[in-house]
Amino acid sequence: MTRQSPSKTDFDPAVARSIIAEHVAEPGGLLAALNALQARFGYVDGELIAPLADAFNLSRAEVHGVISFYHDFRDRPPGRHVVRICQAEACQAMGSRGLTAHAKEVLGLDFGETNAGEGLTLEPVYCLGNCAAAPAVMIGETVHGRVDATRLDMLVAACRKGVRA
Amino acid sequence: MSTAVRVFIPRETTALSLGADEVAGAIMREAEARGSAVDIVRNGSRGAAWLEPLVEVETPDGRIAYGPVTTGEVPALFDAGFLAGGAHALRQGAADAIPWLAGQTRLTFARAGVTDPLSLADYEAHGGLAGLRTALEMAPAAIVAAVTESGLRGRGGAAFPTGIKWKTVLETEAARKYVVCNADEGDSGTFADRMLIECDPWLLIEGMVIAGLAVGAEEGVVFLRSEYPLARMIFTEALGRAREAGLLGADVLGSGRAFDIRLCLGAGAYICGEETSMLESLEGKRGEVRAKPPLPAVSGLFGCPSVINNVLTLAAVPFILAEGAEAYRDHGSGRSRGTTAFQLAGNIRRGGLYEAPFGLSLRTLVEEIGGGTASGRPLKAVQVGGPLGAYIPAAKLDIPLDYEAFAEAGAMLGHGGIVVFDDSADMGAQARYAMEFCAHESCGKCTPCRIGAVRGMEVLDRLRAGAEPEKNWRLLEDLLEVMEEGSLCAMGGLTPQPVKSVMTHFAGELRAK
Ligand SMILES: Cc1cc2nc3c(=O)[nH]c(=O)nc-3n(C[C@H](O)[C@H](O)[C@H](O)COP(=O)(O)O)c2cc1C
Ligand code: SF4
Ligand code: FES
Repeated sequence: MTRQSPSKTDFDPAVARSIIAEHVAEPGGLLAALNALQARFGYVDGELIAPLADAFNLSRAEVHGVISFYHDFRDRPPGRHVVRICQAEACQAMGSRGLTAHAKEVLGLDFGETNAGEGLTLEPVYCLGNCAAAPAVMIGETVHGRVDATRLDMLVAACRKGVRA
Repeated sequence: MSTAVRVFIPRETTALSLGADEVAGAIMREAEARGSAVDIVRNGSRGAAWLEPLVEVETPDGRIAYGPVTTGEVPALFDAGFLAGGAHALRQGAADAIPWLAGQTRLTFARAGVTDPLSLADYEAHGGLAGLRTALEMAPAAIVAAVTESGLRGRGGAAFPTGIKWKTVLETEAARKYVVCNADEGDSGTFADRMLIECDPWLLIEGMVIAGLAVGAEEGVVFLRSEYPLARMIFTEALGRAREAGLLGADVLGSGRAFDIRLCLGAGAYICGEETSMLESLEGKRGEVRAKPPLPAVSGLFGCPSVINNVLTLAAVPFILAEGAEAYRDHGSGRSRGTTAFQLAGNIRRGGLYEAPFGLSLRTLVEEIGGGTASGRPLKAVQVGGPLGAYIPAAKLDIPLDYEAFAEAGAMLGHGGIVVFDDSADMGAQARYAMEFCAHESCGKCTPCRIGAVRGMEVLDRLRAGAEPEKNWRLLEDLLEVMEEGSLCAMGGLTPQPVKSVMTHFAGELRAK
């Protein structure tokens, strides 16, 4: 029942093309294709803009416009563990600003940055729907509630060791 | 021969975020070590987040609850004979009788935490599908009339009468129509849509099928935000099972009527909760807000007439059909009929989902039911209705929770999120955040919002730094007016609300200290 990060694989253009092909016939399939690509590789490689444009009969600028509109889409591979700290109000009320500062310091990362060696990426997120157990942090697809600095340190240590807390 | 004792352990995001899986593992191991037979059921959550993980044991006296359970307490619970309902410090008594739960009026969340969310049989055994069966015997216009008579208004924020919206879609002729469920739930401090989908997905499915019957649509789409992976997994599973059971598909419950539902995911953009932005997104485009008219009810998804409703709006419908419009309308206050799911969040002692009729006072909800702040420090302000909602100071909490009373107080109920702050909150920082969020999430279509929010951040920074206070205060006032008057949608139009509430009630915190 434990939810790990979906298993990401290294970017593979052939696999990417088959993912795109799966969504071409779907109404509004571009967003679904982008979501599927990101789920598979952790980001949407810039190399895919041309094939996406061809597949969905759009200009490259249009495809780029869609990708850049949505906050989820990354343009480079994240680390194995993506740590997302909620920045929204319920979490603010329970100390997320301090928690965020602490996380940036212990990870040595600003939002959007990755430490490739440790396989860690730090990102903001705006509400995880866990507002009654704030502050909330999501690592991979697992949400953690009432996270204070000590708990965050444990979660990060577990990521560094490659095991789950 | 002893039969296995049924133990309920929630599989719901908040319970899991507080260790429900680990507790389930510990109970399993401990039971094995002690040779006790247990049958673990992963139920949803009853919404008492402050008691999660809330473990329930089925006994001859009903389901006895223990919470909040930690893995460390598990051996002691076994020692105390919790499998037979034994006494322990964490024992909360019969789950149904926990005052925080017993005081609620659960029409929509009646089954949440009670049933196994993945079991359609369990759903039916607890009254599910009765509304749909009734609707299948009714003419579309009669279904719409029942929804109109119930007084149901949209739970997504704008509180528009649902029956009127449905009537427009019903009366617009088209070969294809859609029922679109808005599960974007972007408002901070809200989690009721997520809980409904995780804890009772069948109710949303049933509500959408009824909407389809009412307006003549055979296709449903649920737009779910990407931040809810567990809801995605549970709903995907439920859709598959619903098709297998013939609840969805070409022949809904053998009626000869067709309806199916597709699940689409968002990609992390708050504005996509606005209905026309959501439509753009569902069409695979940038989520830029569309100008209205045309109304989505006339020309919505792919240009087809579309019912767009929030999760909770659609989930209220089965009760209305099963029990009658009057049974629903009997609850509530003024023009706000029925119940709604209040979500107690932030710095609050007893947080969670509290379903109650409209009309309860905000103070009662926050201070008595919620127990005041979690920190034990004095309460400073409460933000109601998400990031575009006003901050209400502690002295002004005596407002009845209904749409009109809130509007009168210069606030809004929105999706029912209630976020509590204690006296350590810096209200100047909260006002700045409102602008920051708007700048971050603006779809960019109109200038007052796109540029205004950035300017708002700058002006607030200068004010808080003490630079030319009089001048910057006036500048801020002008800017807020421009945003309110000139924005195409409520993102730019309502961002001034939280800022103005800080200017009104916490003016001192917008000046340099
Ligand atoms: C900026 C913005 C964000 C919104 N976010 C949501 C949302 O997350 N969920 C939702 O149901 N409605 C949201 N709405 C309201 C929708 O536009 C729409 O009114 C609603 O989905 C209609 O359903 P209802 O009548 O059942 O409430 C938002 C509106 C605005 C302006
Ligand atoms: S107010 Fe903001 S979010 Fe709404 S349409 Fe204008 S730019 Fe887009
Ligand atoms: S505000 Fe942080 S989880 Fe909702």
